[in-house]
Amino acid sequence: MQTNFFRKIIFDEKSRSLLIQTLVIGLFALFIYLITQQTAYNLEKRGISSGFDFLHISAGYDISIRLIPFTSEDTHLRAYFVGLLNTLMIAVCGCFLATIIGFLVGIIRLSSNWLFRNIAYVYVEFTRNVPVLVQIILYYSILLNLPKIKQAIVIFDNFYLTNRGFFSPSPIFKDGFSIVAWSLVIAIIFSFFLKIFLKKKQEDTGKQYPTFMINSAIIIFTPIIFYYIMGMPLEFDSPVLKGFNFKGGMVIRPEFLGMLFGLSIYTAAFISETVRSGIISVSKGQREASQALGLKSNFIMRLIIIPQALRVIIPPLTSQYLNLTKNSSLGIAIGYADLVHGFGGISLNQTGRAIEIMMMVMLTYLTISLTISFFMNLYNKSVQFKGNA
Amino acid sequence: MSSTAIQIISRSKYYNWLVKNLFSTWVNTILTVIALIFVYQVGSFFLNWAIFDADFRYNFQGELIIDRGFCSKNIVPGEYGACWAIIFARWNQFMYGLYPIEEAWRVNLIYALLPLAIIGILFDKIPFRRYFIYFTFIFPFLAYFMLYGGPGLSVVGTNKWGGLLVTLFLGVTGIGLAFPLSILLALGRRSKMPIIKSLCVVFIEFIRGVPLITLLFTANVMLPLFLPDGVNPDNLLRALVAVTLFQSAYMAEAIRGGLQAIPRGQVEAAQSLGLSYWQTTRKIVLPQALKIAIPPIVNTCIGLFKDTSLVLIIGLFDLLGIGRAALADMTWTKLYYEVYVFISLVFFIFCFGMSRYSLYLEKKLKTDNS
Repeated sequence: MQTNFFRKIIFDEKSRSLLIQTLVIGLFALFIYLITQQTAYNLEKRGISSGFDFLHISAGYDISIRLIPFTSEDTHLRAYFVGLLNTLMIAVCGCFLATIIGFLVGIIRLSSNWLFRNIAYVYVEFTRNVPVLVQIILYYSILLNLPKIKQAIVIFDNFYLTNRGFFSPSPIFKDGFSIVAWSLVIAIIFSFFLKIFLKKKQEDTGKQYPTFMINSAIIIFTPIIFYYIMGMPLEFDSPVLKGFNFKGGMVIRPEFLGMLFGLSIYTAAFISETVRSGIISVSKGQREASQALGLKSNFIMRLIIIPQALRVIIPPLTSQYLNLTKNSSLGIAIGYADLVHGFGGISLNQTGRAIEIMMMVMLTYLTISLTISFFMNLYNKSVQFKGNA
Repeated sequence: MSSTAIQIISRSKYYNWLVKNLFSTWVNTILTVIALIFVYQVGSFFLNWAIFDADFRYNFQGELIIDRGFCSKNIVPGEYGACWAIIFARWNQFMYGLYPIEEAWRVNLIYALLPLAIIGILFDKIPFRRYFIYFTFIFPFLAYFMLYGGPGLSVVGTNKWGGLLVTLFLGVTGIGLAFPLSILLALGRRSKMPIIKSLCVVFIEFIRGVPLITLLFTANVMLPLFLPDGVNPDNLLRALVAVTLFQSAYMAEAIRGGLQAIPRGQVEAAQSLGLSYWQTTRKIVLPQALKIAIPPIVNTCIGLFKDTSLVLIIGLFDLLGIGRAALADMTWTKLYYEVYVFISLVFFIFCFGMSRYSLYLEKKLKTDNS
């Protein structure tokens, strides 16, 4: 009887899997229990208190690169948001630039010109086989070797390239500028509907309309007209050299530029490979068929090749965006004040709340990653084959 | 056929190639000219900087360069290129870190044996492959004994390790330890047992969702908090734990791709022959799945090898860390480009080699299947 019971447990698939899972979860719970016990003991022994109350005490350090105001009296919680915004800013700018470079290089790699093709190939091999951290540090040191403030490289009179960053005029919005901005928004919405309308009309009548040209004209000229109607409500504050630094204007710091170049040049190499393989994956017959129909070559690319290539490109592109976002945490190496550098580094050292802070940082990155993959999956669904199981 | 005829044919071959690839249309010709100018400008600038106008061990006056003041470019500004003397001066640190130089032969021996240890895994048609594989399994113990020390050899603590040694140690050991772990994770993720499956999914997605640097921080700061009093892993070991967990999650996904590519019929056939789960997995599924998964696995390995450079942020002296330490030294400061270009080149050689290997495998697998 007893042997039968054991036989059943070991040889019956259901009860065996139940047994294994109970064991695993038991071991896992034991593991968690031991670790928390040990951690509590260690924390107490070292006199480290825990909890999230530290978020509301003043941070005591300054962050030079920030999108929202921050002084050393502000709380750690605000430091967290400053860092988060900086992370998001570099991630968005980096993804944008990397996509442009990546698509460009990917298309050049398929060029019929041997030399062009191979320049792109050399670029890809050299940038993707060198760690992104080395590249970030290298570009940053190039930026730091630019001329000093006094000998700044002047571009178009009002832009200055120096080892302290890129100085440019900053816009000053006066009364009535909001109307210009709104006119742009309305123009964009209008052109969107116009596009749908013209497309429908084209489908009904077969007549083609220069939709792109019309919409570009609407989007470009509407705000310009409103700008003059409102009496040019925009002025620029140019940076002026006073003493040892520029006064006025705005500055893009070398830390930001170094991160931007490093991340986007590195990621663009990977994106260009996915773009290339996406375009190759579209069968040759598609191009030949569209040529036989008499389509112009830029129409073939835009209407036939790219939409089909996107199906292949989007999933790996998503993971490249994720990688870029995660790599933006390397800002700590050159002092770019992102989440890991400010909150995860300086706040951690000041408060000693390692567990709480690392947990917050990790959960933040997880949330960002999941959000990106969620939206890219939505987009991916919209470009996949329709009605095809 | 006379030799002149051959010459004419071959010349026309080149001519055809040139016309087809560089001068097919007017636009193409203009592009070619622009590209040629670009290549000439960039190439001549870089070659002049890196080789023709550069100092290696001696400056233009024939003096041995012992600090940056001796570099030609610092004596005659604007005339000369790179000053590679910093690499020569710091060569031992780049290779071994602070490893005692009279013991460096131990590291050299391991560097020399490393190719022998991995060649058996990389290529399946070499003679005596079986013995190479045996050696692969002995190698970790040998390497540990030679590098760390033990009976008959003086102990060299890991705090003295640095440079390429740390980079290779983290890369190779991380990959080696992550491999079995990743197989378990990949199998677990495809398991029918909900608890095991969800544990594996959460682990893999968590690790893949956070940057490596946060894992390194966590391992560095929190591992001592998790462990009892007597156990205190050193910095290198902490980094290794983080790197291994990180790599295992990525590798598991690559292996899962291979597992998914195996037709169900294979498993069903094995089961109907009466093989158990582990027999089916070990003898039928894994050999086929791993073969398919090798190229993506190699790609994750390239990624990991590059990512080992991150350990400099938690205070370890890998190749990049040593480079930065050299630049922090007053005698060599400001020679950024030389150091970073050299480090880039070292990483490039390893990673490019790995990616070539991955391409070679892809080609080989393609012909095997058709």
